Amino acid sequence: MQSSEERLRGLLIRGLAGDEAAYHGFLQDLSAHVRAFLRKRLSRLPDDVEDLVQETLLAVHNQRHTYDPQQPLTAWVYALARYKLVDLLRRRARRDLLHDPLDEESELLAVSDGEAGEAKRDLARLLDTLPERQRVAIVCVKLEGLSVAETARRTGISEASVKVGIHRGLKALAARLRTPR
Amino acid sequence: MKTDELVSLLARGAQSPDRGAATRRAVLALSAAGLLALAFTATVLGLRADWFGQSPASALFLREAYCTCLSIAGLLAARRLALPGRRVGALAWGLVVPIALMWALAVVTLLQAPAAARPGLILGSTAAVCPWLIAVVATPIFVALLWLARGLAPTRLAAAGALAGFASGACGALIYTLHCPELAAPFLAVWYLLGMLIPTAVGFVLGPRLLRW
Repeated sequence: MQSSEERLRGLLIRGLAGDEAAYHGFLQDLSAHVRAFLRKRLSRLPDDVEDLVQETLLAVHNQRHTYDPQQPLTAWVYALARYKLVDLLRRRARRDLLHDPLDEESELLAVSDGEAGEAKRDLARLLDTLPERQRVAIVCVKLEGLSVAETARRTGISEASVKVGIHRGLKALAARLRTPR
Repeated sequence: MKTDELVSLLARGAQSPDRGAATRRAVLALSAAGLLALAFTATVLGLRADWFGQSPASALFLREAYCTCLSIAGLLAARRLALPGRRVGALAWGLVVPIALMWALAVVTLLQAPAAARPGLILGSTAAVCPWLIAVVATPIFVALLWLARGLAPTRLAAAGALAGFASGACGALIYTLHCPELAAPFLAVWYLLGMLIPTAVGFVLGPRLLRW
């Protein structure tokens, strides 16, 4: 448990400094912890687990500027995962499913589940519903792996606009995940 | 899309977050809101004429220090609660201690005063309007703080809303002192605090609705 916190925190801090591989490792590991955590809490809504894992990962990414390196990573991630969980249950008006006391912060990084389930909502399809600029920026940089400069050249949009497009697009994607299907 | 693919998508080309951006936003929003509150106080309410006149400097200083301490502690606490998984922690003392000291001073002042003077010390001449005017002056700052909180990721929405309300109330009170003629500790202990608690209550109620993300 202690080591998970230390290791993941190290990966995130390197990731925030621009180390892409470390950031990838962080998200990869974290998704397994979040999945195990949510699977236990959502035992009566098993079909929603993977969607919520994805929603939590998007939240972690979109809100990564709110992480203070002095702060325990567990507290930060737990707050985000718990918020997304409560938000889902509220949306479904299913607070009754929240039997477990949700103050087991220390447990989050103690459990891990690498077996991804099927997500019900396809992010790739949601991506197509984004405004053109945001969609193109995400597809070029995030899916095809072009650099921001290359994307700007190819699409005729400025580099700053490409960055803003990615940022806003991922936020819009997170918002769309929350709307009822 | 599989979760592994999402992980790759998020990680690829991820830029380091611009930490200065949040600070710049906060400085801009709070300066604009503060100026608006200041302009309202100066034009609609009017500034006190006797700033360096007959009022005792120590009482004046005490009132300004009280509001300044609560504004600073309130803003810092509101910022913390706008971030995921952060708690108010020891900062709560920054809120509790000034209020407790002001109440202690109010009790001492009342005990030392002749009985006939006590109602006047509590009610002053503006008790009926003071809390409401503080709440009105606080409004632009309240709006700015809620907007700033929406740009972060509060996870305890009622508490985040309440603290944003309290911080704006304290800042509003500080600006309102430019107009307010009252200096007695019993007055400040009751009506200034009430003025700060109005936006606090509004924030507590509206937080869960306005701060959801």
